[in-house]
Amino acid sequence: MRSWLTLLGIFIGIAAVVSLVALGDGLRAAITEQFSDAGTDKLIIQAQNVGFAPPGSTAVNKLTVDDYEAIKKIRGFKVVAYRLLRSSSLEFSDTKTFSFFISMPEGNEERKLVEDAMSLEPIDGRMLKTGDKYKLVLGYNFFKNDIFDKKPKIGNKILANGMEFEIIGFLDKMSNPQFNGIVLINEDAMVDALALDDSVDIITGQVINVNDIDDVAERVKKELRKRRDVDEGEEDFSVETPQQAVETFNSILDVVQAVIVGIAAISLLVGGIGIANTMFTSVLERRKEIGIMKAIGARNNSIMTLFLLESGTLGLVGGVLGVVLGIIFAKLVEIIGNNFLAEGLIVARFNPLVIIGALLFGFLIGTLSGIIPARQAAGLPPVDALRK
Amino acid sequence: MQPIIELKDVWKIYEIGSVKINALQGINIKVNKGEFVSVQGPSGSGKSTALNMLGSLDIPTKGTVYLDGHDISKLTESNLATIRGKKIGFVFQQFNLINTLTAKENVMLPMIFQGVEKEERVKKAEELLKIVDLQDRMDNRPTEMSGGQQQRVAIARALANDPEVILADEPTGNLDSKTGVSVMDFLHKLNKEGKTIIMVTHDEYTAKNADRIEYLVDGEITKTVKK
Repeated sequence: MRSWLTLLGIFIGIAAVVSLVALGDGLRAAITEQFSDAGTDKLIIQAQNVGFAPPGSTAVNKLTVDDYEAIKKIRGFKVVAYRLLRSSSLEFSDTKTFSFFISMPEGNEERKLVEDAMSLEPIDGRMLKTGDKYKLVLGYNFFKNDIFDKKPKIGNKILANGMEFEIIGFLDKMSNPQFNGIVLINEDAMVDALALDDSVDIITGQVINVNDIDDVAERVKKELRKRRDVDEGEEDFSVETPQQAVETFNSILDVVQAVIVGIAAISLLVGGIGIANTMFTSVLERRKEIGIMKAIGARNNSIMTLFLLESGTLGLVGGVLGVVLGIIFAKLVEIIGNNFLAEGLIVARFNPLVIIGALLFGFLIGTLSGIIPARQAAGLPPVDALRK
Repeated sequence: MQPIIELKDVWKIYEIGSVKINALQGINIKVNKGEFVSVQGPSGSGKSTALNMLGSLDIPTKGTVYLDGHDISKLTESNLATIRGKKIGFVFQQFNLINTLTAKENVMLPMIFQGVEKEERVKKAEELLKIVDLQDRMDNRPTEMSGGQQQRVAIARALANDPEVILADEPTGNLDSKTGVSVMDFLHKLNKEGKTIIMVTHDEYTAKNADRIEYLVDGEITKTVKK
């Protein structure tokens, strides 16, 4: 019983490391995959909190249509488009749901750019065209229909924020599962239906020459700094290539993982102290046994090895339990995430190196924690140890 | 002939706070190969301390202990443990078996410390347990055995490394008289087969089993009686 309690510290620490590293790696892989769809010749411009906030959050100083017009004039861009991203209600066959609405820009080139950047493809019907006011395209989840009582079909009427629209197409399944629940709608219709102002959520620009992308990004930053009256280094907006966006995300993930691993390290340290404590008690309780073994010819080294093996085993068992619990926990988070958030968003990826490392680490902590008690045991004079 | 164990003017002084207690006051004992020697004395006479010296479990404050010609104070603890493990087999009043191990494992333990191969260990342990009539109890733990049986396991364990000396500390102290007699019979039998036996006891009757009795009173040998 005491041994099991002792293991708790090691066990929780290792479980935390294994599960969080697995989930972090999964998330990293998922994000990298999504961004790699977008292509390398595009810049993504977003307003941004000075701290870390999700895109579209209301606390930021938003970009405007005027900003877009100014960026459009910058040298080096082939085409620039902006998108509005808003959540709003959708009503069909007496069921109401909330969905993410994404606006499609006016011009054909701009429209093509957004379709490319998001890898939009219809599975049924067609995509939006200029002049398709009060028509919309629904994401793959609506086609598969796990949302409404009745399956919506091409030509059906649907209410978006209370305004009537006609369904003209469904999107094919996308690598980013969040995008499977979106609603595509022409920009003028979206402004109308959702009563929006002139703010803009994401501006995407395609450059003429990929090699110039950094120069173009610099020009955009300079223009926006001037327009928004901020100094270099204090930008409240971001200009990123998809690769940079991935890197930004990864660096945030690295910090989060480092903090969590740090906390786990404290748990492991406490676990180590727990093992040491148990071993000290065990040495006290087994003084007589140690004395007997010495009397019948055990060398100091043999006693030392015996106790070190025992504490190492405690650590290793803690490590094994921790790895098992960590895997179960990560899988549980994956299952919950798939059921309640979006399918495929959270995938636990287990790196065998992390698992082997965790086991070795558990053994190491156990052994290290056992050194002092084992030395104490080995150093007991046989007469003192035998005395009851 | 060189004695197997010799205590030469051995003193043991314990300091408890500022009080000095002379547990042994310059005792001389020589034990030759093949002898059966008893150290007899009342409680508090220094018997246990003397036994610790004879078994090289403790080092004297003054004087010298020779084990097979080696001055034990000149040996490291590890070397001492090895010599002890090879030359001396202990039989204690409390049996001192390891309760988590079976009879056979207890008997095998001293051989593990001497690096004896597993196959040989098992074979030897089984032989020894047969000698002490415990062939049916080999896989029982000490807690499942009577006192007499436990003491016989302890004797088998003491014989594991085929030592020259068996050191017995009140071997019958925790046994009824009938089992006590059978344990003494075993010790006699071993002595006849050539083992040196040193026994420490407070009991005159038990002490009389020996060829020679050293009487210990207040840390001094007061008299030596030979049969």
